[in-house]
Amino acid sequence: MSADAHAAHGHGHDDHGHDDGRDHGSFKSYMTGFVLSVILTAIPFWLVMTGAIENKNWTIAIVVAFAVVQIVVHMVYFLHMNTTSDAGWTMMALIFTIIIVVIALSGSLWVMYHLNVNMMPVHDMRNMP
Amino acid sequence: MNVPTQTINGTEVPVFYVVDEHDHPAGSSTMLGFWLYLMSDCLIFAMLFATFGVLGGSYAAGPGPKDLFDLKLVALNTAMLLFSSITYGFAMLEMMKGRVKSTQMWLGITGLFGLAFLCIELYEFHHMIHEGAGPWRSAFLSSFFTLVGTHGLHVTFGIIWLVTLMVQVARFGLIEANQRRLMCLSMFWHFLDVVWIGVFTFVYLLGVLR
Repeated sequence: MSADAHAAHGHGHDDHGHDDGRDHGSFKSYMTGFVLSVILTAIPFWLVMTGAIENKNWTIAIVVAFAVVQIVVHMVYFLHMNTTSDAGWTMMALIFTIIIVVIALSGSLWVMYHLNVNMMPVHDMRNMP
Repeated sequence: MNVPTQTINGTEVPVFYVVDEHDHPAGSSTMLGFWLYLMSDCLIFAMLFATFGVLGGSYAAGPGPKDLFDLKLVALNTAMLLFSSITYGFAMLEMMKGRVKSTQMWLGITGLFGLAFLCIELYEFHHMIHEGAGPWRSAFLSSFFTLVGTHGLHVTFGIIWLVTLMVQVARFGLIEANQRRLMCLSMFWHFLDVVWIGVFTFVYLLGVLR
């Protein structure tokens, strides 16, 4: 009896798969994401192509900042990331990946930069024959 | 635990009571599994970005980003991928409403934008190789072709997958399995757009600024 009730309950869930906390987006959310993406893409391209800002370091910082914001926009509006889908496991996997990526990227760049700087062969002309 | 209830005459059907398991409709864990695959793919791209970050300045007295990159072409490429993202979004919305024809139409448009992206990228590669700036020229170009080429390969397989799913939808309609497959491809496609943000920022824009 109890098993039957359980089976019936399980079957009832098949009809609508929306109870997993997954967001499928709406026309409005897709358009919001698209418009934001266009703006966040156009400004960095414009900055670099016209050289609107004299200071190169500022341009680099702004371009990278826009990229980070755009990645978040894509995650939220196109990939529908939220903390509730699959009981938060997608978010956990994402956070874990971001940690690994940050360690691997910053570690590689840091180590290889210092390797380049410190291991550069020194051409000391005084010791030349 | 799951011992069948026995009666003397043995006619009763075995009943299994599973205490811990809740209902898992077929394919309910597919999306999470696919997300985990995308995260592993993300690590591949992270390694390629790291390689490019380390080798991106080693021109071996060859051409640098300023000589090679045409930002107008890259902007056009970016637009193609962005348009394909929104049209795929529209395909998903139509799929949710159960409209086969308009879903197919938006999927087709997405595929065309993807193809346009690929053609522009191949034109760029061809142009660079023609000028003698192939992957063999310098460490910078090796890492450039590996990173951007891997992304392009992903887009290629995405298009093949898209065409396969359009055939599936045409034959079997928007059944639950096809909806699940379309949702997986949706994640894949938007993920490629996210990777492209990294490519056009760190490879092209910062390369030209370098």
